[in-house]
Amino acid sequence: MTASITKLSTTEEDHHIARMAALALGLSVLEAAIPSPLPGVKPGLANIVTLIVLARFGWRAAAWVSLLRVLAGSLLMGNFLAPGFFLALSGALCSLTVLAASRHLPQRWFGPVTHSIFAAFAHIAGQLLMVYFWLIPHAGLVYLVPIFAIAALVFGAVNGLISSHFLNEPRTGIVKS
Amino acid sequence: MYPVLAHIKIGDGLVLLLGSLFTSWLTVILWHGGVADKVIIRSGGKIFREVPLSRDQIIEVSGPLGLSQIAIHNRQVRIAADPSPRQYCVHQGWLKQAGEISICLPNQVSVELNSGSKRYDSLNY
Repeated sequence: MTASITKLSTTEEDHHIARMAALALGLSVLEAAIPSPLPGVKPGLANIVTLIVLARFGWRAAAWVSLLRVLAGSLLMGNFLAPGFFLALSGALCSLTVLAASRHLPQRWFGPVTHSIFAAFAHIAGQLLMVYFWLIPHAGLVYLVPIFAIAALVFGAVNGLISSHFLNEPRTGIVKS
Repeated sequence: MYPVLAHIKIGDGLVLLLGSLFTSWLTVILWHGGVADKVIIRSGGKIFREVPLSRDQIIEVSGPLGLSQIAIHNRQVRIAADPSPRQYCVHQGWLKQAGEISICLPNQVSVELNSGSKRYDSLNY
């Protein structure tokens, strides 16, 4: 009896994206262990990987990494197709949309910190809109907006700085294909 | 010390500054937007009087059970006395921020603090 082997042909780029997504996935699983004062306030460490991929390999690769991370992350955490999954997805889609625009800013003046902050604000805006229109259509939600905005600013800046550090570090393994 | 500034370009600094201003603005608008300046007193569902919060005074409103006393003091308002059996509205104490409301259901008297613009809360949403 001969074993039948189904082999998908994959490119070097596919492998690279898979590696980056796995790295992002590891960070988001790690982050899930950090206690949070309010659901939704998290550092978003996986976005460091997204930002590095964006800078090195372009928006398409970053979108793949980000969306694969959301999908695989939800499978690992067991909330695939649960509200948390759709919140993460809407946040990721909003961030990617904003990143598609912000990456055209002149590189001389705007670095990963800018992209990270914009993406963080877009992320939380997308999530809050999703929460408001789908889960909790209550005006009381606006009282939480400042907390989320402060978190987005702080974590966005920190993640941007970390990305910038790795991008300027030529010996970092993860940025090499 | 790690050179953090080396990673912040001019535009990044600008974005940080604008982000901070935006966040502060959001906080001010959404958390402190409701500075109360008006007291609305209702009796039997109809507006009995609207008085400014600036003048200290005691107002008496009559309801089906008797007189309710409403006290305005130091830009705060409370129901000081009420004939309702359980005294919920009296125990609520001083109201300070716009949108706060104190209701004495048995005597059909309510006191609401209001700012210039009507804001939403769980009662009138």
